[in-house]
Amino acid sequence: VATLVRVLGDFAVAEEIVQETLLVALQRWPADGIPNNPGAWLTTAARRKAIDVIRRDQRYREKLSLLDQGPLRYGPVEVDDRLRLIFTCCHPALSREAQVALTLRAVAGFTTSEIASAFLVSESTVAQRIVRARRKIVEARIPYRVPEGREATARLTEVLAVLYLMFNEGYLSSGGEAPARRDLAEDAAWLAGLVASLMPREPETLGLWALMRLHLARADARFDAAGNLVLLQDQNRGLWDRTEIAAAVQLVERAGAMRRPGPYQLQAAIAACHAEAPAWEATDWAQVVGLYDALLALTPSPVVQLNRAVALRFRSGPEAALPEVEKLAEALSGYHLFHSTRAELLAATGRADEAAEARRRALELTSNPAERALIESRLMVDA
Amino acid sequence: MLMFCATEQGAEEWAKLPEEVLSDSYAKIGAWFGQNSDKLVITHQLQPPSTATTVRFKDGQAVVSDGPFMEAKEVIGGFAVFDVADLDAALELARTWPAQGTVEVRPVVER
Repeated sequence: VATLVRVLGDFAVAEEIVQETLLVALQRWPADGIPNNPGAWLTTAARRKAIDVIRRDQRYREKLSLLDQGPLRYGPVEVDDRLRLIFTCCHPALSREAQVALTLRAVAGFTTSEIASAFLVSESTVAQRIVRARRKIVEARIPYRVPEGREATARLTEVLAVLYLMFNEGYLSSGGEAPARRDLAEDAAWLAGLVASLMPREPETLGLWALMRLHLARADARFDAAGNLVLLQDQNRGLWDRTEIAAAVQLVERAGAMRRPGPYQLQAAIAACHAEAPAWEATDWAQVVGLYDALLALTPSPVVQLNRAVALRFRSGPEAALPEVEKLAEALSGYHLFHSTRAELLAATGRADEAAEARRRALELTSNPAERALIESRLMVDA
Repeated sequence: MLMFCATEQGAEEWAKLPEEVLSDSYAKIGAWFGQNSDKLVITHQLQPPSTATTVRFKDGQAVVSDGPFMEAKEVIGGFAVFDVADLDAALELARTWPAQGTVEVRPVVER
């Protein structure tokens, strides 16, 4: 508690945070035994909670930087404990929903109700998921450790997938009224940063962290004053956080120097191309297309092909991109961005009627209010 | 405990395999058990589900009937109990199982 009191200067708040964290610890430790250094991960979880409290309280704003100094202030033993906790929460023997809920609860210090509102499910559903997952950890004897040897890569991939899902859910929700839930995205990025600083020799971890930071650096420009979604090409680039972008680009370069490319690094490199371009028209489209080709070679997916086609349009024109998009008609018939991309290309090649038809199809398929408003505004331009 | 399962179809195809393929598969399985004999507690291959007889308890009465206890697409072909530290160690074993199908991993209740 002392550490937190020093930083927070408010014993009541600090104690409340620690109590909540301790509750998690008490529920957890009987399963695995007490960690080598219980102080470390208690502090991590408590610190995370404290950041949350501070966020809601302007008076403590200047102290946020003090508290959020990154995890390497602790010794190697303590570092181990937090990694162990993350790898246990993200064990493949748990369902993806349980992995996400447990990680947010035990590592990021979310309450059950915060997780529930972040994922638009009921609090009892989240509580049940966590209880069931804890029971499985105990009864199936899921070990509390960082995997080594040939398992290590697959398990790290699992952890990164959990964090990426968390981020995406926060960055652009799949339904409901809140167009974006920045907090969840920021917490996912914080967790990715934690893993990246604990495993600095893993380029994909750095890639994922960079990818998240590049997206967050542009977050202020993604919505206009009325809360409408603004497409990348129309965003006010003056609102982008250049310092963050520069830091993320450095991460991409550091990861690239390790010569073990992977999907997160490539996606981060694509995001970096956009982030570094002074204007949409000035984007290095040839490089973007090349990076998409590399990404497709690693993880073939129709959605990636769709994104590549968008880049191809600006490198080689809409006539070149449209046939690439048409090829995906079957695979992506239920995906709203397929129809809106197709609509843009049809409009650009003078096929207005077909474009309007494709836009209506896109509208039918999206539940996100911000995206709906955007498509509706385009329909009106056509009319 | 590792339970070795196969789909009914898979089990039928297995039974129809030519003798030399079958004996080669059994040799691989035998070698696998040999490698892991230090941890092995007990193992048995089971006769096919067509040999199963089920005892159901209804209102305190034991009712005996023909057939497996449930009509499942997957059938258990055998099982092995290993003494290992945790789930990861058990999964490590399951991953190296040399035959086809599915391996379900569960801890046994210790008393």
